[in-house]
Amino acid sequence: MNEVCFKNLTKDQCWSLKTYEASGGYSVWRKILKGELTPEHIIDELKASGLRGRGGAGFPTGLKWSFMPRHSDGQKYVVCNSDEGEPGTCKDRDILRFNPHAVIEGMAIGGFVMNASVGYNYIRGEFMEPFKRFEGALKEAYEAGLLGQNINNSAINFDLYTHLGAGAYICGEETALLESIEGKKGQPRFKPPFPANVGLFGKPTTINNTESFASVPEIISRGGQWFADIGVENSGGCKLFSVSGHVKSPANFEVPMGIAFKDLLEMAGGIRDGAKLKAVIPGGSSTPVLTADVAMAMTMDYDGIERAGSMLGAGSVIIMDESTCMVEVLTRLAHFYYDESCGQCTPCREGTGWLYRVLKRITDGNGREGDIELLLGVQDKIMGNTICALGDAAAMPVESFLRCFREEFEYYIEHGKSMVKG
Amino acid sequence: MISIDAKKQIDAWILKYPKDRQSSAVMQALKIVQAENKNRLSADTIQAVADYLDMPGIAVQEVATFYENYNHKKVGKHVIRFCHNISCMLNGADDLILHLENKLGVKTGEVTPDGLISAKKVECLGACVGAPMFQINDEYFENLTADKIDQIVDNLK
Ligand SMILES: Cc1cc2nc3c(=O)[nH]c(=O)nc-3n(C[C@H](O)[C@H](O)[C@H](O)COP(=O)(O)O)c2cc1C
Ligand code: SF4
Ligand code: FES
Repeated sequence: MNEVCFKNLTKDQCWSLKTYEASGGYSVWRKILKGELTPEHIIDELKASGLRGRGGAGFPTGLKWSFMPRHSDGQKYVVCNSDEGEPGTCKDRDILRFNPHAVIEGMAIGGFVMNASVGYNYIRGEFMEPFKRFEGALKEAYEAGLLGQNINNSAINFDLYTHLGAGAYICGEETALLESIEGKKGQPRFKPPFPANVGLFGKPTTINNTESFASVPEIISRGGQWFADIGVENSGGCKLFSVSGHVKSPANFEVPMGIAFKDLLEMAGGIRDGAKLKAVIPGGSSTPVLTADVAMAMTMDYDGIERAGSMLGAGSVIIMDESTCMVEVLTRLAHFYYDESCGQCTPCREGTGWLYRVLKRITDGNGREGDIELLLGVQDKIMGNTICALGDAAAMPVESFLRCFREEFEYYIEHGKSMVKG
Repeated sequence: MISIDAKKQIDAWILKYPKDRQSSAVMQALKIVQAENKNRLSADTIQAVADYLDMPGIAVQEVATFYENYNHKKVGKHVIRFCHNISCMLNGADDLILHLENKLGVKTGEVTPDGLISAKKVECLGACVGAPMFQINDEYFENLTADKIDQIVDNLK
């Protein structure tokens, strides 16, 4: 447990340059500056490590980095996605607060590999404490001569800046994030072109999640195989899981991929007040909900969670006990997506509104016969018909909540009140 | 309209972006200007930012209305942003929001008569393992209880 991003968590001033360097931090970056590592070697190690993007989509990081046209002329960028806003997710905040130098080193390594001399870390606007911590770490790194122009006479340049958001979940979508850095509304772009070809300010850009970048230095330092072996087939390494909801000791845990869900639940102290587990959202609000028995048999890796019928997402495990009214939970989630839709595509803009309004009338006690079919119909029209994945993210929970807990919705519609809460 | 100190802060942000890309600093510029204008933006302050960054007024207006952190109506000197999303909801946020409203004597969305405090329900603030939680100005308060809320609110001046 706690071997990569959380390696120094229990140490004094774990966020300081001193602590980071004392545990081997910046050793990879210093090797690069001395000309001892090649981009090809780093990409090979990343591929061997099995690291997959920790922002939710799980795309292999080594492969992504190899897509950048590193030999093309002109400016290129690396961008870190610290816009963390998916309900249930709160791991990047702790990485920024407790291990900011790993993010800096990971981005610098990425800059070197992809021949990008400038990086931006997009931090959500509310994260002022993490922002200040990260800025402090940047200052330390510059003062130690680890960043800047012609660093240590290596002819390598890397400048790193922060950009602060201003409250919009959609800016976590990578192309909306780029729009936002350009000083515009955060509306996702059509793809293609992909950011690796036309990204920030029209230049080739690679975007990775905070945890992805923070995992890189340790992977290169200890070897891709070492990381891969921590995890399981198809899910290399360890991963931060944010376990929240009805557990005794909610927290972020960095554990090997493939750990049994029931063991992770145990680490979080189990269900509170001796209650029984009812449902689990394993990967953040956008991933399908699972019933207790399915969850209890699941392992926490990409394939394991997929076999159980959901997705690993950002590793945001939301635990619900038997006192939970699933109709009310879904209504709250529907409100979230309705609120956060950027409004560009009709199916998403109108569909999220429909979903919320129908669910709201059900929880207001005014549900109508046919509302379940209506919800299913609306979510089906959103799925796959939008510019970005927020549409699917809004639709997927609806289908799964209705499939797993249909009787609660029927009861609410028929009786005008919650089956669970009365 | 924009103070010298605010201009200095904005200039520091402009330096982070390529030449001629000063519009990238618009989000922070709005935040900085909002902070020195009673926590809210007006048509005039938005235009001032546009002029300063050499952007069309409408472009800045679009940004100012797209992002949630900008206030266009009157807010309190302290803004309490209470998360009501899933993890906080499961941990009793709804009851605590009612408790806060009772304590303040105003509903979320309104400002206390002395202008000191306003509260707002917001979506996930990325601190779900510390649920229930809220944010006041730049600070997070986690693992809230009714008593803790009373204490925090009583200390706001
Ligand atoms: C609506 C929406 C919100 C997203 N929010 C985030 C986020 O907060 N953080 C993040 O890293 N990725 C987020 N993503 C995924 C990004 O688009 C992107 O895939 C990711 O940052 C890539 O980094 P990775 O490959 O390291 O995971 C979001 C995607 C969507 C569609
Ligand atoms: S799917 Fe929704 S959030 Fe995504 S671009 Fe379309 S309207 Fe915007
Ligand atoms: S749900 Fe409240 S902080 Fe995430």
